[in-house]
This record gives sequence, C-alpha cells and structure tokens, in this order.
Amino acid sequence: MKRYVATRMATMFGVLMITLLITISLVGSNMDTILKQGIVFQVRAEVAENPTIAESFSSVEEYESFVQAQIDQRTKILGLDEPWFSPQRIGVTMYKILLLDFGHATFLTSDEGSSNVKDILFEKLPRTVLLFTTATIIISIIGIFLGALSSSKVGSIVDRITSSFAIISSSFPVWWIGILMIFLFAFTYQIFPARATPDIPSSDPRYIGSLLYHMALPLITIVLIGFGSWAYLVRNFMVGIMQEDFINAKKTIGISQKKIIYTHALKNAAPPIATILALSLSGSLGGAIITEAVFDWPGMGRLYFEAITVMDLPVIIGATYLLTVFFLISIFIADLLYGFFDPRVRTEQ
Amino acid sequence: MSGITPQEIKQEFRKSKMGIAGIAILTVLVATSIIAMVWIPIETFQEWNNPGSWILYPKAATPIWVNMFLIEKIPEHRILEKPYIQTISQEEISLTSHQFGLNFDYDSFPNDFLYVFSSEYSGSPLLKMSVIRPDGLKLELLSTSLPHSNSKTIHSERIFSTDKAIKKNLSLQSEKFQFSLDRLSSEDIVFSKIQTNEPLKGNYIFLVNLYGMNSENQIHESKLIIGGKAFGMMGTDELRRDLAIGLLWGTPLALFIGIVVSIASVVLGLLYGVYAGFKGKKTDEVMMRFNDIIYALPALPFLIILSVTISNSIFLMIGFLMIFGWVGIAKVSRSMSLQIKTRGYVDAANVMGQKDSKIIFKHILPQLLPYAFASIAISVPAAITTEAGLSFLGLGDPSFPTWGQILHDANTFGAAPRGLWWWIMPPGIMIAITGLAFVFIGNALDAIINPKLKR
Repeated sequence: MKRYVATRMATMFGVLMITLLITISLVGSNMDTILKQGIVFQVRAEVAENPTIAESFSSVEEYESFVQAQIDQRTKILGLDEPWFSPQRIGVTMYKILLLDFGHATFLTSDEGSSNVKDILFEKLPRTVLLFTTATIIISIIGIFLGALSSSKVGSIVDRITSSFAIISSSFPVWWIGILMIFLFAFTYQIFPARATPDIPSSDPRYIGSLLYHMALPLITIVLIGFGSWAYLVRNFMVGIMQEDFINAKKTIGISQKKIIYTHALKNAAPPIATILALSLSGSLGGAIITEAVFDWPGMGRLYFEAITVMDLPVIIGATYLLTVFFLISIFIADLLYGFFDPRVRTEQ
Repeated sequence: MSGITPQEIKQEFRKSKMGIAGIAILTVLVATSIIAMVWIPIETFQEWNNPGSWILYPKAATPIWVNMFLIEKIPEHRILEKPYIQTISQEEISLTSHQFGLNFDYDSFPNDFLYVFSSEYSGSPLLKMSVIRPDGLKLELLSTSLPHSNSKTIHSERIFSTDKAIKKNLSLQSEKFQFSLDRLSSEDIVFSKIQTNEPLKGNYIFLVNLYGMNSENQIHESKLIIGGKAFGMMGTDELRRDLAIGLLWGTPLALFIGIVVSIASVVLGLLYGVYAGFKGKKTDEVMMRFNDIIYALPALPFLIILSVTISNSIFLMIGFLMIFGWVGIAKVSRSMSLQIKTRGYVDAANVMGQKDSKIIFKHILPQLLPYAFASIAISVPAAITTEAGLSFLGLGDPSFPTWGQILHDANTFGAAPRGLWWWIMPPGIMIAITGLAFVFIGNALDAIINPKLKR
C-alpha cells in the first residue's frame, strides 16, 4: 500500500510539473513581451516624473541612451535578458510557482485592489466553492437516491423518467440552459437578478443574504442539468450489482429489497461512486468557466475567462496551476478510495 | 465484448426504439446538411460576416410564423424584386414604369420603405414615385431628375423613406388626411387610414415611372423593400443576418466537428490502448504514464489557452479537441486488450510467430469494434458542446457560423435582456438535438454490448 501511494504521488508531481511546463511554454513568449513593455513604460514614467534628470542632459541622444541603460539594467535584474526558454529562467519560474508565488497581475485586481495574483485567486476560490461545490453536493445526494430508487424498480415509471431525463439533460449545454434561465427568470419574470455578482460591498452585513439570493439562479441551473446523469450512473452501477450472486442469495434468505438496496448494494457501488464524487468535487473548484461567464459569477471560472480575454498571463498561469493541483489531488484521493474499497486494485500494481 | 457478431448487433439495434430514434434524427440532420450545402450557395455563408451583403434585411426581426399566433399581426419584411414592367413611347417621350403590388395585412406600420435601383440612361430623365392605396387614394411620393449625362451611363441609388423630398411631398398633400401629419414619418402616412393614424389594410401599388426624352431608358435592378419586424423562418439578428442560413450551415459544421473529433480520438485511443495492453511490461508502463499526464491536464483551460495563443482556426481546434479526447478510451481499451490477450487463440497466434501488428489488427481490434462504435457515438456530443462553448466565449473561428458563434453574437448584443428569443433558442435546441441523436445511438449500442444494463 505504501509503495502504491508513493508511486502515485511521484506520478502526480511529475504530471504537475509537466502541466506547468506546457503552460509556461504556451504563454512564455507573450509574457516576456508584456513584461519588457512594462519595464520601458515604467522607466519612461519615472524619468518623466522627475524633471531634474531630464534637465541634466545636454542632448536628446544622451538622454535616450540613459533611458536605454536604465531599461537594460532592469531587464537584467529581472533576468529578462535571457529568453524565456532558458533552463535557468524556467527553473526559477517553476520554483516560484511551486511556492505559490505567482507575481503580480498585469491588469486584473482583487476586489480590495490588490494586484497580487495569490490574493486574487484566494479571493475568488471561496465563491466558486460556495456555488459549485454546493451544487455538486446537492447533485450527488439527489443523484444517489434517485439512482438507487430507479434501480430498485427497473423498468418502472420512475426509472424511465429518470433515464430519459438523464439522457436529455446531458445533451444540453449547461451554459445555454443558463442563458435561457436568465431570459426566463430574470427578464421575462423578474424573480432573480440577471447578474450573479452581488451589488453591495462585502463589508456590509447584508452581503451574505445578497450573495445567496444572487446564487439561487445559477445553483438551480447547475443542479437541474447535473443530477440526471448522476442518477443514471448510480442506477447503472446498482443494476449491475443487483444481479450479482450474493444479492440473489440475500434475497432468497428473505432480507427486504429496501435493505438490500440501501445497505448491501449501495456499499458495493461505493467505489465508482466515490471516484466520480471526488472527481466532480475537484472539477467544481475550477467552476465551469462558461457557466460563470454566463451568470457573471465572480469566481475562478470568470477570473480565468477575464484573464484570458486581457491576456493577463500571471493570472492565467496561477489559475491553471491551482486548478491542476486540485484536479491531481482529487484523482489521487479517488485512486486511494478505489484502493480502499477494492483491494484488487492495490495488488494489481 | 463477449463475442457478439455484427449481425447480432444489427438485429438488436433494430429492436431498440432509442437507437432507431437516434438514427432517424441523424438522418434528418444529414439531410438538412445536404440541403444547406446544395441550396444555399457557399458564397452566402462566406459573406456571413460581411455586413454589406445583409443590408436589405431587417434588424432583429422575429420569424414570420409568429404571426400565426398573434391577433395583432406584425408587419413582415418584404423584399419586392419582380415588378410589373411597362414601356410606353409617345413621340419624343418614353416612359418606363415599374409597378410593385403589395398586400399589406398587418396591424402596425412598417419600419420604413426603401427603393433600390440602377438605371441605364442618357440625358436627364425624371423619376416619379407614387403609391395607389387600397382606398383608391393616390399619393405622390417623389419627383426627381437623375444626374445629367450626355452619353449612356449607369446610375445606382437607394431612395429611403426618410428622404426629405418624400416628406415634403407628403406634407403638400396633407389636406387628404383628417389629422395632422406633423412629426409623422413617411411610412406612417403612406400606410395610414384617412380618418385616424392607424394602418390601412389592403393592396397597395407602388409606381416608379422613369420619363426620358428621345432615348431608351432602362431600370436594371429594381427592388422595393418594405421594412418590417418579421422575416424568414428563423428571423434575423442585430446585424441583419438571416438566422435560417446560419442555423442551416451550422448543421454540417457541427456534424463535421463532432464526427471528425470523435472518430479520430476513438481510433487514436483504441490503437494506443490496445498496443500498450498487448505489449505489456515497460512499454505499457511508459505509455500509461503518458496517458496519465494528458488525463490530468485541465482540458477546457488548456483549450482556451491554445486557441488564444496559437490560433482559433476551426481545423486546429478539431486537433486540440482530439488531444483531450482519446485518453479515456485508451484506458478502457487497454484493460480490454489485457483480457483478450490471455485468450487461447491470441496465445496460439503468438506461438505460430505471427507479427504483433497482425495479431492486434486481426485478433484483438475486431473484438473491440462494438465498444469503439458506442464510444464514437457517445463522444460526439461532447465535442460539439465543447466547440460551441469555446465559440460562445468568443474563442471560436469567426469565419464559420457555428451554433456557438451565433449564441456568442446573441450574448454580445444582449439578446436575453432584449427578449430576442429567436436568437437564443434555436441554436441551443439544435446543439441539443444533435447531441441527443448521438447519445441515443450510443446508449442503444451500449445496452447491446453490456446486456447487464438492460435487464
């Protein structure tokens, strides 16, 4: 078991590093250009602010060469004189990111006005957790019960409705249903607000209430689209298990159908269910980028989208890193859970 | 997997209502694509982003069938292109007359009207526009001479209902109406009842007469547009584009994206997984670790980064979608091939010294085909929705009117707050229907391959 955990962890770390490397190489050249422009801008602004420096030069060329020297000096200090793909720079960047030091955002700021990427990320993360993790938990609870229910009466009306609802709901994009919901319940019938961002500052005591009210529409949408496929998955696992010999044996002994389903069968369906739960919980941390963009929910997903539209590279790198970390942790937990529930997995290695 | 022959699958599939429904929807979609490609000239769809080619269409107009459910009929947008042409020559004066008949049967005034023409003439002919209304009243609209030219020349012009000359002419005829014409636009006067300012229903005839001296004058292109609020089967968007064309062209594009991505990723995943499982040992280990890496990449963020930094071309996007599509299939087919490998006939083939490739293609892959088909069908909707999602975020290929692209435009122009439902609903429904067709087929196949699920 220890060896299994160790190898999994090593793999995960490797994967994390590779993800980082890919992200950096995709955005690296752009990042350099933006940083260098930033330095030029900064130096020019500083010199312009201080008229005594400008006055001390006799000719324009002298002034320009001074400015250029300043720029070169700062570029060197920041290590930008080497290309972004030099091993030294990539090493430094990755080391910094590992320690959650993502630097400063180019354009975006947190609500408090900090441009530190770490601050921005950790401000948005709880909101995404609030919306998507809540939704995932509700979805999984409804899904497990509905799935168990329809598996106990295969072919019944409940089973058919659940299955068809699952199939139909899974082919609609969540964000499109989101637009429809906004169209219906925010504009046609004005029950919920159209934008999910609360309009009062977070220091106000009524903030929580406002946040929950703004959260209602996206939450309903996500749950509505999500629980069907969960129920269908659970049903399929359960139907498979209900045909096993040991369940039949229990039936012949005379244990009630209800007890068999909710204790024996559900317990045996636990490994795949736990895996999916772990994966969807971590997936929920990223927030669906498109769903948050549609509802204008101020979480990780929208941050990511905003960062990409203005090419705020430190934020992109930071968010990708954080998302990958959560994803890997959940895969890891899912693996462990699988090993815990199903001993065959451990020995297979 | 338990050795079902293709014939058995076919038979079972015919019995599955869901599968038949899926095939039926798919057939309709394919037919739609063919109609789109044959009927709508490819130029139209290339002109999708060229505002100039949509100028004769109305802005954000509802579909015309909406009128069937309304008591107060919305005026339809009419483009009248085939006038009744008369040419009369009397001594020196020649007259070319174009007559447009219009049956106006709506409960509110049109938005505007517009006469587009191009005429070939010499000299300085006189253009007179007038309208004969259902109540017999004739209104003079315009009387203007075309720019003078000594030789033969071609002159094109658009005469808008907002033209000052038209307004002036109408106000000169204000004694015909029993209410004040001040501050009313020309179309509100032309289509109004005499007693009150309400729309007058019935047959209107618009006359365009071109009088010339000593010469043959011709009007080549002659179109009268009565601007309405309803147009076409699917309405138009804010940029005056006919949504029916966008939706129709979206069908082959969506099918193309979905099918290419799913087939390519399933084939890739299948070969990869089977090879890893068959080879086993070190090869398997290395290949599966690589698989783990791709599996752990957050797909949507990476797709977004790729489309922003590299290119948003639709073909590259298909490639990107494939990168993330094959991983799950590779895992499953590896474990399947691990099972098949242990069977006697594979061992026998091995002992006989057959080549690896031959064993894989002759003995292992055929066993996995039913699973492959089911996976292809099931992974199509995901590809379509992902592309639609990326396009919706504005990261798609703007030169192709995909459904996601239409929804992106709808969102940018605030279709939801403005209540332009015909811009939001149909693209989403099309995405869902297409997805549904493949999910139906996939589930039907899945039920045949895993009989346990049915019971």
